[in-house]
Amino acid sequence: MNNGTLRQRYQKLKAEADRRRKASEEAPGAKIRIGMATCGIAAGALETKAAFEKEIAARGIQAQVQTVGCNGHCYAEPCVVIDHPDSGFPPILYPEVSPGKATMLAKLFLQGFDPRLEHILGATVENDMIPAVADFPRFHLEKRVITQKCGKIDPEDIYAYIAEGGYAALTDCLQQRPEEIIAEIKAAGLRGRGGAGYPTGNKWELARGAAGSEKFVICNADEGDPGAYMDRTLLESNPHQVIEGLIICAYSVGAAKCLIYVRSEYPLAVRIIRTALGQASDAGILGESVLGSDFAVEVEVFEGSGAFVCGEETALIRSIEGHRGMPKHRPPYPALAGLWGCPTVINNVKTLATIPPIVTNGADWFRQIGTQNSPGTAVFSVVGNVTHPGLVEIPMGTTLRSLIFDVCGGIPGKKAFKAVQIGGPSGGCLSEAFLDTPIDFDSLTKAGAMMGSGGLVIMDEENCLVDVSRYFLEFTQKESCGKCTFCRIGTHHLLEILGRLTTGDGSMEDLDLLQGLSEDIKAGSLCGLGKTAPNPVLTSLRYFAEDYRAHAQEKRCPGLTCRALMTYYIDLAKCAVGCEACVGVCPVEAIFTTSNRKKGIDQEKCVKCGECRVVCPPEYDAVEKVSPPGLAPLVERPAEPRKQN
Amino acid sequence: MMISLTIDDRQIQVAGGTSLLKACLDSGIYIPHICFMEESDRSPASCRLCWVEIEGHSWPVTACTVTIDHPIAVKTDTPAVRHLQRSALQLLLSVHRVECKKCPANRQCVLQNIARFLEVGLKPGRLQRRLKEPDVDGSHPYLDHYPNRCVLCGKCIRVCRNHDNRTALTFAGRGFHTVIRSFGRFDSDTVACDSCRACVEICPVGALVIREA
Repeated sequence: MNNGTLRQRYQKLKAEADRRRKASEEAPGAKIRIGMATCGIAAGALETKAAFEKEIAARGIQAQVQTVGCNGHCYAEPCVVIDHPDSGFPPILYPEVSPGKATMLAKLFLQGFDPRLEHILGATVENDMIPAVADFPRFHLEKRVITQKCGKIDPEDIYAYIAEGGYAALTDCLQQRPEEIIAEIKAAGLRGRGGAGYPTGNKWELARGAAGSEKFVICNADEGDPGAYMDRTLLESNPHQVIEGLIICAYSVGAAKCLIYVRSEYPLAVRIIRTALGQASDAGILGESVLGSDFAVEVEVFEGSGAFVCGEETALIRSIEGHRGMPKHRPPYPALAGLWGCPTVINNVKTLATIPPIVTNGADWFRQIGTQNSPGTAVFSVVGNVTHPGLVEIPMGTTLRSLIFDVCGGIPGKKAFKAVQIGGPSGGCLSEAFLDTPIDFDSLTKAGAMMGSGGLVIMDEENCLVDVSRYFLEFTQKESCGKCTFCRIGTHHLLEILGRLTTGDGSMEDLDLLQGLSEDIKAGSLCGLGKTAPNPVLTSLRYFAEDYRAHAQEKRCPGLTCRALMTYYIDLAKCAVGCEACVGVCPVEAIFTTSNRKKGIDQEKCVKCGECRVVCPPEYDAVEKVSPPGLAPLVERPAEPRKQN
Repeated sequence: MMISLTIDDRQIQVAGGTSLLKACLDSGIYIPHICFMEESDRSPASCRLCWVEIEGHSWPVTACTVTIDHPIAVKTDTPAVRHLQRSALQLLLSVHRVECKKCPANRQCVLQNIARFLEVGLKPGRLQRRLKEPDVDGSHPYLDHYPNRCVLCGKCIRVCRNHDNRTALTFAGRGFHTVIRSFGRFDSDTVACDSCRACVEICPVGALVIREA
């Protein structure tokens, strides 16, 4: 292969990318960048974009509206960055830009040069006028390696990625021997970001050394954990970084064919990947001769059909082969005998996206981030009872406390922290005692949870861990493929027992049974889904034993969540005469007026939806929750409704 | 190449490349199992009964998935092995209609044999019994399927070759609701189920029976 040609081909692409970027930057007028990943669109980014476009046209303002991916700040969606050089201000990030706010900003900022400082989050660059977002904990405690370009570039423009230095790592790699690249990845100590943390370099080496001329590389984008959306966001915001990692992997292991296995429930991600692949082909980055070299590779998209278990690699392979997605016993591992019996490397989206930065910056740079045994960063989708939910990328070794309270702003509403569920349905629930646990593969496994693919659910004191376990078991037992005895039947029994406990029909013997059955399922199941399905139960039984005991023995739900074990009542000392807020929202007309013209709840009618508690004005805060229901004071409904007039 | 194995107190010689389960069974050492079939190259390992402990492993493994390529010492009767076997059997029995007298597999049933071997009754222990509806699936032209007898070992699927040399049986549904189902066209020309009966004969629990005319 001619390295000179390779570099020339890349330089040509880079020159074109730079030219386009310069042209865009030098175009007169403001640039409005709107986050348009699924999360942004769900929060109304399409409407925001339309409002900007309409107002710009109506006012004849010179401005470009650009779409970018997601910057991870879910709490602030739709996020808009306005770069308005003529105003003299630096680029400013605006949170929660509704169509109304968009119209206002177009008028007052784009036209009137007033940035409306009360609406800003901060400036995206350091400057002397406006506080920069980089000074906020959310920004400076993060370390962006995988998501570094997310939210900054247009995911549907390959040149935007190339202008940022994209595909330079691939160009480097094609000038090296595959063994050198594998050695670099091994030296970096990169561990698979899909959950189990298997060393990526070792996997590649295994597949490279495996017998057989035909090999495959599969990008596992079958993200299915409830509440997890790291892979989706990455694919929707910067697909080329994943594709670049994928091609480097294919070159390293000697594969000519790659697949991206993405769930069909991610239509936007699927569309953006297809666009990206088309652009990469047109640019000569995919196909018969990658960047003019003699390395040929093709990438195909395979849409999964909605089975969680197909994220398990052997089931994923079965499903591509056209069979029912059921896992097989390992070994043999797919790296030796995978798709169609050929050596197959299956890497998670985030693992592949980490490859180009490692190649560009070197293994030593990567090792400086994170911990000794878990180098690099971790991407989490933080959800639940937290002030600033969203996608965060932190160095491994950051404590849970720092992630929850510093990066994500802690628990809202003056409530106390209760638990953090980490690692999705395969992970565990950790209590306050674990807040100082560093986030890395080994520490979390030791605590009984696991890194998982990056779902993190934060729960405040008004959460019931029995109910949370029931929720996760409901998920895993539904998603069990039904192949092996322990998972198929065992998880169903676990769910039944947990269900009994949440309705007050459980007993202390049930807790023993839960523990024993969970241990058996963990030891006896065939694949990772079954082996880890009891983790939420086992960890919550261990760290939240009091929740279980209260349900079994006292029929009491300490988190005041399980509907059968709790009730609402109105504190007559706090309730205001004449206020009707709760009456209006009650869907079953359970709220009546007491003889002293305050409100009471008819427990017979109440469905415990909690709407009355939501609407009760904070200055009264009269609606209380209590468990067990017998503790609610009895408020009699007046015998006859008072006559009108 | 012959490899020497220590199974409990016995020494046996087996050909390299065979599975540990087959090696034991061939030497007259019984290990409970349902889904294993000698003829197929890779065991589905789905019944989770053939547990053994191998020296050097901290936890029991399924014997059907161990390929013998070097000498190992195996124990087939440890507390951990028996615990997992009894647990798996109880799980299977918790979804099984135990009406042995009405069942064609009575006295040859694999569940009866394993229960006897493990010295336990045909009871699901502390688990509650959960049966499927309906009790009989009569959608096949010649066969009746009894989902509450079925242990989902999948042997019937693997022996069925009657549908243009492809199986006409499959797993259907998901998770707890997984069942064996027939699919495809059942013209009398293409399906010779009434004369084949391979699935009926291999079923270890009498879940597939030829429908009485």
